[in-house]
Amino acid sequence: MARSAKKSAVAPETRGPDIPRPTQPKRYKASKEELLKLYREMLLIRRFEERAGQLYGLGLIGGFCHLYIGQEAVAVGLQSAMTVGKDSVITGYRDHGHMLAYGIDPKVIMAELTGREAGISKGKGGSMHMFSVDHGFYGGHGIVGAQVPLGTGLAFKHRYAEDGGVCLTYLGDGAVNQGQVYEAFNMAKLWDLPVIYAIENNQYAMGTSIKRSSAEPLLYRRGEAHRIPGLQIDGMDVLAVRGAADVALEWTRSGKGPIIIEFLTYRYRGHSMSDPAKYRTREEVQDVREHRDPISHAERDLLGMGVKEEDLKAIDKEIKDIVVEAAKFAEDTPEPAPSELYTDVLVGSY
Amino acid sequence: MPVELKMPALSPTMEEGTLAKWLVKEGDDVKSGDILAEIETDKATMEFEAVDEGKIAKILVPEGSEGVKVGQPIAILAGDGEQVSAPAAESVSVEQPKPASAETPSVPEPASQQDEATPTPHVFETAARDLVADVAATHDEPEVPEGTPLVTMTVREALRDAMAEEMRSDERVFVMGEEVAEYQGAYKVTQGLLDEFGPKRVVDTPITEYGFAGVGTGAAMGGLRPIVEFMTFNFAMQAIDHIINSAAKTNYMSGGQMRCPIVFRGPNGSAARVAAQHSQNYGSWYAHVPGLVVIAPYSAADAKGLLKAAIRTDDPVVFLENELLYGQHFDVPQLDDYVLPIGKARIVRPGKDVTIVSYSIGVGVALEAAQELMTQGINAEVIDLRTLRPLDKATVLDSLRRTNRMVVVEEGWPVCSIASEIISIAMTEGFDDLDAPVLRVTDKDVPLPYAANLEKLALIRASDVVEAAKAVTYR
Repeated sequence: MARSAKKSAVAPETRGPDIPRPTQPKRYKASKEELLKLYREMLLIRRFEERAGQLYGLGLIGGFCHLYIGQEAVAVGLQSAMTVGKDSVITGYRDHGHMLAYGIDPKVIMAELTGREAGISKGKGGSMHMFSVDHGFYGGHGIVGAQVPLGTGLAFKHRYAEDGGVCLTYLGDGAVNQGQVYEAFNMAKLWDLPVIYAIENNQYAMGTSIKRSSAEPLLYRRGEAHRIPGLQIDGMDVLAVRGAADVALEWTRSGKGPIIIEFLTYRYRGHSMSDPAKYRTREEVQDVREHRDPISHAERDLLGMGVKEEDLKAIDKEIKDIVVEAAKFAEDTPEPAPSELYTDVLVGSY
Repeated sequence: MPVELKMPALSPTMEEGTLAKWLVKEGDDVKSGDILAEIETDKATMEFEAVDEGKIAKILVPEGSEGVKVGQPIAILAGDGEQVSAPAAESVSVEQPKPASAETPSVPEPASQQDEATPTPHVFETAARDLVADVAATHDEPEVPEGTPLVTMTVREALRDAMAEEMRSDERVFVMGEEVAEYQGAYKVTQGLLDEFGPKRVVDTPITEYGFAGVGTGAAMGGLRPIVEFMTFNFAMQAIDHIINSAAKTNYMSGGQMRCPIVFRGPNGSAARVAAQHSQNYGSWYAHVPGLVVIAPYSAADAKGLLKAAIRTDDPVVFLENELLYGQHFDVPQLDDYVLPIGKARIVRPGKDVTIVSYSIGVGVALEAAQELMTQGINAEVIDLRTLRPLDKATVLDSLRRTNRMVVVEEGWPVCSIASEIISIAMTEGFDDLDAPVLRVTDKDVPLPYAANLEKLALIRASDVVEAAKAVTYR
């Protein structure tokens, strides 16, 4: 009898038009200096994470600790294309590597892992909850997939403020099955927000392989229903990652809206420190280590460019020193004062 | 035979409406599905369609008429060749709208003409009407310096004004949610905001609570000041992960580095006959969470002053409104910038014999009970908590010190409730002031039933508050 007004006639369509897509990215042509920088950053993450694993074994790091070993090329390649101070970054709980790649001091990251006052979150966040607003690094989120709407919100802010920034939102092959991811995809495309969804497909969501969890294992296609184009990239090659980052940044900065990049990568360690990784064979891990390791890959490239082995050894030594110093700092620096228990709950006083 | 077309009930809370426009005139032939008129309800403008074929023989209520009661004949439809005589005179009279109580509920008129071709629409039975009646029957003075001019407005208008004022003064403030822009708000709370601020700042979202709560939270982390409207807080269950895990905990987890200045707002609590999945009070759920500010105002003045404060604060705020209160009129101070402090309860009615603590629509019930208690020689003090977190313990305990007796009234479930918390505070921090155990009057401990009689049994009633107050005063 009564109704809100709105009438529409829908003609059935069997097949929609294809969506606009970017050109296939090319491997980035890095100068020797550029590649050395990327190499150094990847090595820093590798050595940092190895040390974090040791400290965990010594009982100095508690709780959950998710290591990034094996995936270094993704964060390093992507971050190298971002502009600190203009763009924003958000990720899940496997976040140490992303922070290091973004140039955040290893000491304050390690001190957060050991739960010290000098940690980047004053020791209150721990491994999964680290932030550096100054760097445009918005965490560090412990709920699988939550960073995807949050990152879409950061992109909303970039567009709202017209600041030219892009939000790089990382997610894994586990998060990609969360419902909220698709809610975010829908709004991102509806409003053409400047956001890059970087899916780090390391093949295992905790212990469940992609084959056992995903009806569509080609994760770069997960945006198709929302008209978001996707690329699939070798995530074990830092220059391939960088090449994809440039294409994606140009796509989003030019107002074309969101884009998905699936990076095929691999983690050598368990899901977290307490994971014995029984769901895959030693041979599988060993095979990736020997044939696809991102750091070895860059090493070969560098040697081919005329870098000497002793130069690489010198870098390794330098990195080790940085990590040792970070670990020592993280062990020696004090825990938060008991009074910190009640600070930072609310900003205002009421 | 001619058919009387009657004013339809077009929303759960509609008792009367405005016949905004006739789209037909006398003598027009109409067929089923033709739009006859536009009718404004308390929520929206609706089209009124013909069900039967015929000729518009007479228009009984002219367009522009306000306060047309549900069930009142508005036109007469004649079949082919039928003659129409004028209807009984009393059924065509249009009541003048009463400005201060246009939405004051009335007892529904019984359907008088049972043998008619169309059944008479009538206002349906609901216990929600009793809650609203308690609000309408009591008075609430706003908290202002003496001599401040007052203006009467609804809670709905007060909320809208609060948002509009803050949006005018701060570019970072924007509103997002379902139907907030082009539809003008599912409950009309955001009415007019799109016209003034445009689609950039008044953002319609898809039906995707989890998603847009996350998008809003991310935007707040990035430095904006979002107001996220939930059509009702029942739907925020889909989004509660972002409210708690993302918004509430961020400042602490980041060691004070990352702020999340966001307001999640929308109607909370029972409405009228909408049953279990649309009738829950989430006050204690959110008040449980450190890192959140939780506000649940009663009056229009508090709604305005506290929403402005909520938008300005650097903390995430859950702002619990009440659908039944949206249409209620209150005095609101006419000030350029009326902002109230968060975390301060208010003595709505001073008294000396017993303290009745409540919030949101429960305050109306408490005030109604206090009026009744006065006739029985018990002078009750009524406290409106207004903010549920941080809770103003001092005001509650100070009142207890003076009255030594306490009743908590809460339109919500009893277990692990705000009432439970107040009782705990009274016991641990006011034990020596207690002359009787603190009692609580809450909704019954069941999902809210649909049936009118069961709904009535489930919701709080002023008479129960009177009984509780008499029990704690041993009368």
